[in-house]
Amino acid sequence: MMGFISYLVNGISLGSVYAIIALGYTMVYGIAKMLNFAHGDVIMIGGFVVFTTVSGMGLPPVIGILISVVVCTVLGMLIERIAYKPLRKASKLAVLITAIGVSYFLQNVALLIYGSNTKSFTSVVSITPISLADGAIIISGETIVTIVACIIIMIALTAFIKYSKSGRAMLAVSEDSGAAQLMGVNVNATIALTFAIGSALAAIAGVLLCSSYPALTPYTGAMPGIKAFVAAVFGGIGSIPGAFIGGILLGVIEILGKAYISSQLADAIVFAVLIVVLLVKPTGLLGKQIQEKV
Amino acid sequence: MKKALSLLLVCAMTFSLAACGSKESGTTTPAEDNSQTEADAQPEGDAQPEGETEAPAASDGAVFKIGGIGPTTGGAAVYGIAVQRGAQIAVDEINAAGGINGVQIEFNFQDDEHDPEKSVNAYNTLKDWGMQVLVGTVTSNPCIAVVEKTHEDNMFQLTPSGTAVKCVQYDNAFRMCFSDPNQGLESAKYIGENGLATKVAVIYDNSDPYSQGIYDAFRAEAANQNIEIVAETSFNSDNKTDFSTAVQSAKSAGAELLYMPFYYTEASLVLAECSKQSYKPVFFGVDGMDGILSVENFDVTLAEDLMYMAPFVANSDDEQVKSFVTKYQESFNEIPNQFAADAYDCVYVVKAAMEEAGVTADMDASAICDAMVGAMTAISYDGITGKQISWEANGEPNKAPLVVQIKNGETIGL
Amino acid sequence: MRQMNIKALNKTTKSNIVTYGIVILAYLIMEILMRAGVVSSLLQGLLVPLCTYVILAVSLNLTVGISGELSLGHAGFMCVGAFSSAFFSKCMQEVIPVSGIRFFLAILIGAAFAALFGVVVGIPVLRLRGDYLAIVTLAFGEIIKNVVNVIFLGKDSRGFHISMKDAFSMGLEPEGEVIINGPQGITGTPNDSNFLVGIILILITLFIVINLVNSRTGRAIMAIRDNRIAAESVGIHITKYKLLAFTISASLAGVAGVLYAHNLSTLAAQSKNFGYNMSIMILVFVVLGGIGNIRGSIIAAVVLTLLPELLRSLNDYRMLMYAIVLIATMIFTSSPGGQAFRERYSLKRLIGQRKETKEAE
Repeated sequence: MMGFISYLVNGISLGSVYAIIALGYTMVYGIAKMLNFAHGDVIMIGGFVVFTTVSGMGLPPVIGILISVVVCTVLGMLIERIAYKPLRKASKLAVLITAIGVSYFLQNVALLIYGSNTKSFTSVVSITPISLADGAIIISGETIVTIVACIIIMIALTAFIKYSKSGRAMLAVSEDSGAAQLMGVNVNATIALTFAIGSALAAIAGVLLCSSYPALTPYTGAMPGIKAFVAAVFGGIGSIPGAFIGGILLGVIEILGKAYISSQLADAIVFAVLIVVLLVKPTGLLGKQIQEKV
Repeated sequence: MKKALSLLLVCAMTFSLAACGSKESGTTTPAEDNSQTEADAQPEGDAQPEGETEAPAASDGAVFKIGGIGPTTGGAAVYGIAVQRGAQIAVDEINAAGGINGVQIEFNFQDDEHDPEKSVNAYNTLKDWGMQVLVGTVTSNPCIAVVEKTHEDNMFQLTPSGTAVKCVQYDNAFRMCFSDPNQGLESAKYIGENGLATKVAVIYDNSDPYSQGIYDAFRAEAANQNIEIVAETSFNSDNKTDFSTAVQSAKSAGAELLYMPFYYTEASLVLAECSKQSYKPVFFGVDGMDGILSVENFDVTLAEDLMYMAPFVANSDDEQVKSFVTKYQESFNEIPNQFAADAYDCVYVVKAAMEEAGVTADMDASAICDAMVGAMTAISYDGITGKQISWEANGEPNKAPLVVQIKNGETIGL
Repeated sequence: MRQMNIKALNKTTKSNIVTYGIVILAYLIMEILMRAGVVSSLLQGLLVPLCTYVILAVSLNLTVGISGELSLGHAGFMCVGAFSSAFFSKCMQEVIPVSGIRFFLAILIGAAFAALFGVVVGIPVLRLRGDYLAIVTLAFGEIIKNVVNVIFLGKDSRGFHISMKDAFSMGLEPEGEVIINGPQGITGTPNDSNFLVGIILILITLFIVINLVNSRTGRAIMAIRDNRIAAESVGIHITKYKLLAFTISASLAGVAGVLYAHNLSTLAAQSKNFGYNMSIMILVFVVLGGIGNIRGSIIAAVVLTLLPELLRSLNDYRMLMYAIVLIATMIFTSSPGGQAFRERYSLKRLIGQRKETKEAE
């Protein structure tokens, strides 16, 4: 039983990281209607920036995280401006391939700058772990911070979209970008803002991911990126609470699958659950049902 | 439009094919080759003394062409780059000292991204270049694919780090490192004979023949040593960041010793996870653990008391080791790991075997191979990964494994 | 009206003959060059992989281009074909010593198993649309790869043994042989693939796909792609035709897998060769070659496979170059700016042929 609770906590912690990444995915999808495969690699860049500033230059972690958020935000907007904006009217597949190109590009740039040696990431969290039930359950500081950060981000994001002007502009663009433009919404600026927020979230996710699993390589972001993508689809792509729920569920399923079924089949189990969910609810848990027009 | 475009592309293709074809005839002049070697040998523009690499051009034109294959990009790049650098240092030293029987060496290292298919491509690229001896490949699965080709072509192959049994399944292939079963057997014996533990937990990478091979031998020997394996967890190359469940199952099974037959990159994560869960068993690793102290920014206190089998200790007092480590640090600004050391020894072993066999640079790869295969079992080599190493005809080296322990951030021999 | 039809038919036939011609011509040129001994070992070694990727690209084009379903799990079918056929060849190595017959049977087995998986995966997947379909195919591809990685299969005098845990727990007799060793896969598959077989398989693939496209069935499939509801309203059985295209495509990918497995002596399911990375790479061939354009797929597969090898002299920068080429090509071919540029400086205008109107889509 104690074991189960520990696994559950670990699962929620991993799920929170997935959820933060998935929030970025889902926002970008909702607005730009594109699968941003390079999102996972922005996470990796975020991790490397913190690594350079905190471990390399000795800056305090908070400053390092701030720098990382700024760098990733700028990077996200640059990627959008250079690689995606020219393709706004192009076919979906063209954008998808470009996103894959950007992903390869970021990985190889990181490889050239930092080399392939694994960097051990110093955790930015300095909270002492909580020990429950005579040490049978230990909840690490990273776990607590990750879960709390995820909840805060989720609430803040929902509030931003519901109550701020730019947030409502985002909703409008995602609903119908043509109509939104006619109503005076600056579509280009809104899309750029979405990429900026998504990338800032990626930076935070990168820091939290590397704090929990302290190995940093140019390929660190790829697999969590794909998993978060699955989480976003799981919860209903385009939906913010959906991404949150999808992320947490995915993390819990993955850890419990690893613990009780097979460590090798954990990923297969995650994907199998996804397939079952999509077959029952073809647009994910909280996705909107799209009416087909005749 | 489409027709014109496809015609253009076909022309481009034919041209590129022709370029491939002509490349073969165009790369025989030593000067041109040398410039290629230089470019290949120095990724990222590392500070490498220029004069040394240029040395071959000054010779009378005859050179030995040694090729290397390993991953220098992709997830396993760290091993390939280490081999490339270690071998380069040996090549530079040999060339500066006058070469093999007075003939200079050219070294060309090709990337295989740890992919068997790319590895065969890399091998063919080297063959086009005129390779006479292959030092490689670095990782086991690609090595198994390449050894098939070297066997067909009768090319001498010495792998620095291909540990799987099948890597040297043919007569033309030898290895520098321990084989997997050998290490598993020795570590089980060591744990049993020194009474380190009776309840052991194992975490291993079952997508890696190295890890799996060691563990299979370990498990077979464990029964004889009165060791009980109370928990075993496997991970694979796609799934190697989260070790929380693996550590937790070891902890709840009450294991006194955690056996870790895999590389230091993952080991650093396992150690961090153990510390997170306040779990302190005896940690025992294999030679892949070497290098853990040089992981950038790694908290070395996590690895305190870690024991592992190692053929090479970077801070040893041995003169050869010292000289190698100093040169490596000067050139690449990092402490060499066992891959670099194995590669360094490989080049010297090739030299020793070539001298023993009396091969000359004008012989073709197949003739060199025949001569060197015979010489390999006759030589005894003193290097940085062991002394008086000799080889069996089956390609396995005879060298004594050594157990080291980390104390206060330093490795010491036990 | 009738005359028009014949004319159109002639045009497609002509175009198809050109496609077959390119493949045969490429084969003849390579054979002559190889006889003359001017082909580098690198290129010789690349010939079979090139055939493999061409088949994969053409077969995926059937799903993505002709049938209009974005599939990100194509490598999974390749994996099924590779493993089933390699298993067969490994077991039959002594029973059928003639490599030609054995390889022929291996191809049939690979294709059949991949087709079977195509049906099994296709039935649930094809109910979905768009990005959801993409993610589910990706999921299936990953599941196939993961499951293959936990299969341990050995053979001894008592017959076959299977385990999902490790090779040890199969309890083989000492002289028994492990055939599928979990994540380490199958080693020692006979090297039966060669360039001639590869080319023949490409021609068969082309024959199947081109004939399908130009048949009544093919037109039904394209009608579903272009307007599902309209197609349904004129009585086209949606699921049947979609599943047909998907299964043929899967089975051809299986054939490519057979070719792949019998070219290397080691076969392991990693994310690089049978994971989503490979699926995406094949998709890149299809998109760069032009969606629905068979000849384009062939050329793109060849060029993009050769590119990283020809860039070897750039060392660490070559994958970076690959990425930049990818992004630049997409922007050049698909963005309004790039299209305007092409319009202005296109070969066609320079040569002075008639204006292209279809490009505007």
